[in-house]
Amino acid sequence: MSTALIDPTLNNTPLPAVPAATPLGARFAAAWAAAGTRCALPVVVLLAAGFLAPLVAIFAYSFAPPRSFEVFRAFTFANYAELFSLENTVWLSFAWSIGFALLTCAVLAVVAYPIAYGMVFLFGRWSSLVSVLFVFPLFVSENVRLYGWVLFFIKNGVLDGSLKWLGLGGAPTVLYTPGVILAGMVYTYLPFMLFPLTLGLSMVPRDLIDAARDLGANRFQIWREVEVPLAMPGILIGMLLTFVLAIGAVSEAKILGGQSVIVISHDIEIAFTYAQNWPLGSALAVLVTAFIGALTLAVFAKLDLDRLLGRR
Amino acid sequence: MTDLKDRKPILQLVGVRKTFNDFAAVEKIDLDIFEGEFFTIVGPSGSGKTTMLRMLAGMEAPSEGNITLHGERINDVPANKRPTCLVFQSLALFPHMSVGQNIEFPLKIKGVDAASRKARALELMAIVRLPASYYGKNVMKCSGGERQRVALARALAYDPEVLFFDEPLSAIDYKLKKVLEKELKDLHRETGKTFIYITHSLEEAMVMSDRIGVMRAGRLVQVGTPEEIYAAPVDRFVSEFVGEVNVIEVTRAGEGWQGVDVPGAFRAAAPHDQPQAHSAFVVIRPEYMRFLKDGEAADNMLEGVVYNEYSLGSRIQYQVRVGEKVMLVELSRANALPAAANRNVRLGWDVADAISVKA
Repeated sequence: MSTALIDPTLNNTPLPAVPAATPLGARFAAAWAAAGTRCALPVVVLLAAGFLAPLVAIFAYSFAPPRSFEVFRAFTFANYAELFSLENTVWLSFAWSIGFALLTCAVLAVVAYPIAYGMVFLFGRWSSLVSVLFVFPLFVSENVRLYGWVLFFIKNGVLDGSLKWLGLGGAPTVLYTPGVILAGMVYTYLPFMLFPLTLGLSMVPRDLIDAARDLGANRFQIWREVEVPLAMPGILIGMLLTFVLAIGAVSEAKILGGQSVIVISHDIEIAFTYAQNWPLGSALAVLVTAFIGALTLAVFAKLDLDRLLGRR
Repeated sequence: MTDLKDRKPILQLVGVRKTFNDFAAVEKIDLDIFEGEFFTIVGPSGSGKTTMLRMLAGMEAPSEGNITLHGERINDVPANKRPTCLVFQSLALFPHMSVGQNIEFPLKIKGVDAASRKARALELMAIVRLPASYYGKNVMKCSGGERQRVALARALAYDPEVLFFDEPLSAIDYKLKKVLEKELKDLHRETGKTFIYITHSLEEAMVMSDRIGVMRAGRLVQVGTPEEIYAAPVDRFVSEFVGEVNVIEVTRAGEGWQGVDVPGAFRAAAPHDQPQAHSAFVVIRPEYMRFLKDGEAADNMLEGVVYNEYSLGSRIQYQVRVGEKVMLVELSRANALPAAANRNVRLGWDVADAISVKA
């Protein structure tokens, strides 16, 4: 784990120094006496019960015999063997998910940057209104919004029907294509890219932009040399957030894609529901989690917030 | 600098005005700044000096009037196209770059190759007295004074014709400030560039400048050499800005003057720019006031009671109550008044030691 994740200021109450020779009970009692430990207890309990326990259960299930519920009682690599066997096409779902997630990230970075720039530097008092407009769709369930898209694009739906009524012929078929899945994902995850980006850009001091211009830099050079490097924490967090969310996305492919494309989360869902093969689903979930975890750590190792903020 | 009159103006302001909505931050300023001079604009906060500097640097456009550089109008030339450079109050160093990268920034923008950039950066670091070992140092790890030097070197790397300074020494402790003031003046001499400096401290302005412009409420009240500002302030505001002074309001009474806020008759010259004035302020610097011995006389005399004394290092300042008014007297430590507290004293000053300014 990168040290950047651990804020030294949060951990500044050292436990009372206890000589090594003290019996374990006494050391435990001393640690217990520390106010920090007691204050952290509710969070520890919540995380253990709500976060760690399900992870442990999934991890254990992934080693259970296929199509069984014999968790903790048997141990086998059969599920992983099945996933990695050459006939298995689960890699295709993986590829779709990663591909969609990468594209979503890339498109969102390009789309959200100008909006974020406007919100930080140009819109002034209107920028809070703009944020509200972007948050607003989140109040409606994602599935409902996606079904709205379906109604809009479906044959004889809002778009197609209106065009026919106007005598302009029908609309092209976009529903149930990878393109509309990507569009749906970009739409769904826009706020998750926009707000970290806005935060990142608002961390760029105005003075530095003025100084760069004064030293001869044009708009592009200011962007490349000053704005992007200083907004990098926000850019990286936004990218990571959208990537992680997008790789787990399932509704877009199911609703807009009409199951023409099976993404990895859909595979997991199928394993847990129709197939009633919890161990296989768990093994898949473990692989996805490991992949996302490794990626997150890699990004956070690069993301040295303290240095970027000039505190170190 | 005595030959200022022979110099060519480099920057000229003609009727420059800047308004924000209905508020005029800068009002109708006419000013010539000469090539190679160290010009300081001094004024209290809110006097419009920063706005004026931002217009000169190209970060604000004037609402009215013209700014010319070498005779060419530059009102609408953006900052990155002007041969001028500003050292910000915040210094505006790039926190994600090392000392060397900061200094090289303008060169990189110009497309200078890495080797020449580094050579020039090291040269500039020597000029601003930064050790060469600082080249790769994280700029945020530098001390306040070192950052100051980095900012200066970066501005010099741009090789501007005019350098602007926006109170860069305001956050520096007194002792270092004194050192940097002198270094800045040396640097001005070494580079021969035009320096335009703004500050709220006239003391700072006095040390470094060839000429000073005093600003108040968006207007340039007085422009002159430090000596002129010190010896002949145009009004009460400028005289009080120069430092702690005693000011007595007077009205004309026959040949002399009658005190308004201090009772009594006074002898003083008329304000030099208003010889016929009916009222005026007489300004006496504390160091020109003296305590009169028994039987000693001066052109002007007042009786009062010492109620406090302050040590100013080599000098001592006495506060003397004269009726309702407090007068300041400064003496060198060698001439200190013994057992001063609550002592009845006579203050005196001669006509030549006081300045009269228009009311």
